[in-house]
Amino acid sequence: MDNAAIVGVAQTKYERRKKDQILADLVFDVTRAALDDAGLAIGDIDSVVTVSNDFFDGRTISGMAVGDAAGGEDKNISTVSGDGAFGAFYGLMRVLSGYKATIVVAHYKGSEGSVPITTNGMFDPIFHRHLGIDAISAAALQADAYMARFGIREEDVAQVSVKNHGNAKNNPYAQLPMDITVADVMKSRKIAEPLKLLDCCPISDGAAAIIIANEEIAARTKKKPVWVKGVAHCCEEYFLGDRRLSDPVALQDAARRAYAMAGITDPMAEIDVAEVLEPFSYMEPLWLEGLGFCKPGEGAHLIEKGITTMGGRLPVNPSGGALSANPILVAGLARLIEATLQVRGEAGDRQVKNAATALAHGFNGPCGQSHCVWIMGGKK
Amino acid sequence: MAHQVESERLVSVFAYPMPYEWSIGLYGSKFFQEIKQNRRFVGIRCNGCGKVYVPPRRVCGPCFQELAELVALSDTGVITAFSVVNYPFIDPNTGARRPIPYTYGYIKLDGADNIFSHIINETDLSKIKVGMKVRAIFKDTAEMQGNIQDIKYFDIVA
Ligand SMILES: [Zn+2]
Repeated sequence: MDNAAIVGVAQTKYERRKKDQILADLVFDVTRAALDDAGLAIGDIDSVVTVSNDFFDGRTISGMAVGDAAGGEDKNISTVSGDGAFGAFYGLMRVLSGYKATIVVAHYKGSEGSVPITTNGMFDPIFHRHLGIDAISAAALQADAYMARFGIREEDVAQVSVKNHGNAKNNPYAQLPMDITVADVMKSRKIAEPLKLLDCCPISDGAAAIIIANEEIAARTKKKPVWVKGVAHCCEEYFLGDRRLSDPVALQDAARRAYAMAGITDPMAEIDVAEVLEPFSYMEPLWLEGLGFCKPGEGAHLIEKGITTMGGRLPVNPSGGALSANPILVAGLARLIEATLQVRGEAGDRQVKNAATALAHGFNGPCGQSHCVWIMGGKK
Repeated sequence: MAHQVESERLVSVFAYPMPYEWSIGLYGSKFFQEIKQNRRFVGIRCNGCGKVYVPPRRVCGPCFQELAELVALSDTGVITAFSVVNYPFIDPNTGARRPIPYTYGYIKLDGADNIFSHIINETDLSKIKVGMKVRAIFKDTAEMQGNIQDIKYFDIVA
């Protein structure tokens, strides 16, 4: 693979309701901020990828509405749904296929539609949607399957919520920085067994952008380029019943291929920080298992032993993760931006010391139907 | 019965709408407020290319530049294209069906450089032509709700 780098990043603060701004406003703000961050002008960009979703945006062919705001005039614009990690993957493909610099912009306003209805809309309209299943109840099934299989207690996964909301205090973009305890999580309102309120992500509004560039452009950007060392994605079956929910095989496959590309043989030893997409607390240990940081069923021990906390061997979600802000279409791109900031050494109060190699993870579809894994590094 | 492959094919019906609550933003809000307060339109000028956009928005696509200079426009314009529509339109907000035929218009408001779209109050093809002057007919101020239907339609004036 030719070398390609992330050379500019930007995020809005994530909030419950950005009532004063339309989607194009959010996109315009992060597009300009990412250009400023890179020290590039819009004329340096020759390809635009927007991350939009018709049900979420409430608009057919939703990507078309933000083209002007993304600087897309006279440029090639494509739209990718998903969580932004997949839009970034497509942006990278464009650079590898000959464009010099692609801007990838993701926007999401959970406040403008009905999240239960739009996430129910992910499911099959003949066999599943009528039952009321949505992102939360599907996650509850996965949590139960995972926890029952390995004997994981609710208190074990509650620690993830405590850690990530605590980490969010160091992230000025996070929506829900909180000092909470395992007891707070345990006594928070039951949402769908075994998930309680504090095991679940909030509804969020926000936007983010990255610029992916080839070596020629990366040689003259303002900030240190952060190179794509490895990346892969993989998808599994659509029907939840066709999958083993406690066994994220698509993630295992994506991770294996991303590691091979990056030359990583021992992820725990070679990766310094990970940002994984965990809109529900149990997902963090489950995804860490899928990513090969530990054996199946041992994900919860990582936090218990302090390995994934700030100061541990592998800090996970220094940003506070999706539990602290989950703008659905932006949340994977935010993980990639956070990984980039870590490698730059620009993560502020959430900076992990000497973070030379960072992992970013996103997923799309209920219970992680498809996963995308990025390995980012400071050296070409 | 296990081997019987011929049977009636069924459908799965959904009739409940998906609700949305979209922000209108600063300039969109100003557009509707100007109609309510002064019964006229407002556009926004790009300092890069000089183009006046209506409805006003934050960004000029070709210049990729922030816009800020609001420009008061009148309530008149010129028809640049129209179509008399003969199939029913269901208002997605109310579910009400608009009587047919009705005329969809592509109207260049005086003082603006792009085209505004709305209904023209004329369905007789012998009485409407591209190039005719039109004037906006607004609802009574007390009935205005800050949306595009605060403009009832455009009347042909010449
Ligand atoms: Zn302009």
